[in-house]
Amino acid sequence: MLLDTLTEVLAENALITAFVFVGILVWLSYFLSGKLTRGRLHGSAVAITIGLLLAWIGGSVTGGSRGLADFTVLAGVGVMGGAMFRDFAIVATAFGADLDELRKAGVVGAASIVLGVVLSFAVGALVALAFGYTDPVAVSTIGAGAATYIVGPVTGTALGADSGVIALSVAAGLTKSVLVMVGTPLVASRIGLDNPHSAMIYGGLMGTTSGVAGGLAATDPKLVPYGAMTATFYTGVGCLLAPSLLFLIVRSLL
Amino acid sequence: MVIYGVALLSFCMLAGVFAGDVLGELLGVQANVGGVGIAMLLLIALSNLSHHRFRLSPMTEGGVNFWSAMYIPIVVAMAAQQDVVAAVSSGWMAIIAGVAAVAASFAMIPVLARFGRGGRDAA
Repeated sequence: MLLDTLTEVLAENALITAFVFVGILVWLSYFLSGKLTRGRLHGSAVAITIGLLLAWIGGSVTGGSRGLADFTVLAGVGVMGGAMFRDFAIVATAFGADLDELRKAGVVGAASIVLGVVLSFAVGALVALAFGYTDPVAVSTIGAGAATYIVGPVTGTALGADSGVIALSVAAGLTKSVLVMVGTPLVASRIGLDNPHSAMIYGGLMGTTSGVAGGLAATDPKLVPYGAMTATFYTGVGCLLAPSLLFLIVRSLL
Repeated sequence: MVIYGVALLSFCMLAGVFAGDVLGELLGVQANVGGVGIAMLLLIALSNLSHHRFRLSPMTEGGVNFWSAMYIPIVVAMAAQQDVVAAVSSGWMAIIAGVAAVAASFAMIPVLARFGRGGRDAA
């Protein structure tokens, strides 16, 4: 009876439950980061990795598509980590960003968005070709998915791809986003990701807002506004280029 | 007051997302074009403007800074509700496409960063 009441309270106050849950998770992660890696792997990187691991466990146990949020008691994690609060917090990080840095890296930042979309699309399309896809619609949809998991389905729907191919494009985009979250802190020093200038280029090239948000949080939170600024334009540019210009190029080549 | 900061932040986000949606429709794209980026620019512009004309009180700034500080926990929650199972179990092609795209993009960062730097030094 006591357990039922507790479950009810936690489920009814879902967002508050999420605050407690994430608070404990972050505390545990910083503790592990300090004890096991002496702070070399940043606490937030540990927290994001554990979060992804828990999402995998949640998805496996419940069979749902929203990770931990598919547990009734933890539905609030879905609200807290949903697009609304994510974008709200990203905008807030801009408060105190250096206007001069933004201006200086503006042109190369903008160029990195277009280059990033074309590069990911081309790589994704080549992988699709290597796996035996020859239909321009399927190749373009999978290439678009390698840009982000939003560009993939938008392109696939616009071109009339079948749902299996669209699902593959979403999976390619999800893989990218997960990998960017986990991989960024590991390669940050090697690729010179330690200043606002390269952070803007990084955001433009990667483009996955959730990947960039997680990756920079785990690397250096001060860089977040610069990377997020360019990354948020990427999906729009991708939805613009992939079903039109890039598809036409693919069709003329195949 | 704290609510002034929260309201300012909320206004910037709504205005940005609205502008991004309108931009998307004008371009004929079924997506928001840079809404969050526009919101960020707006917040930067408003907070810089206010430095000259009037000063945001520390409490008002606190309303924005709180949400800025909540960024990492929110990202952790975001990670915890990703569809990781779909990403991992969808077969090799999707995974290879995703991994290859990330590897290629990472490799381009130093190249582009040098370009921008070179231009700045020359100027």
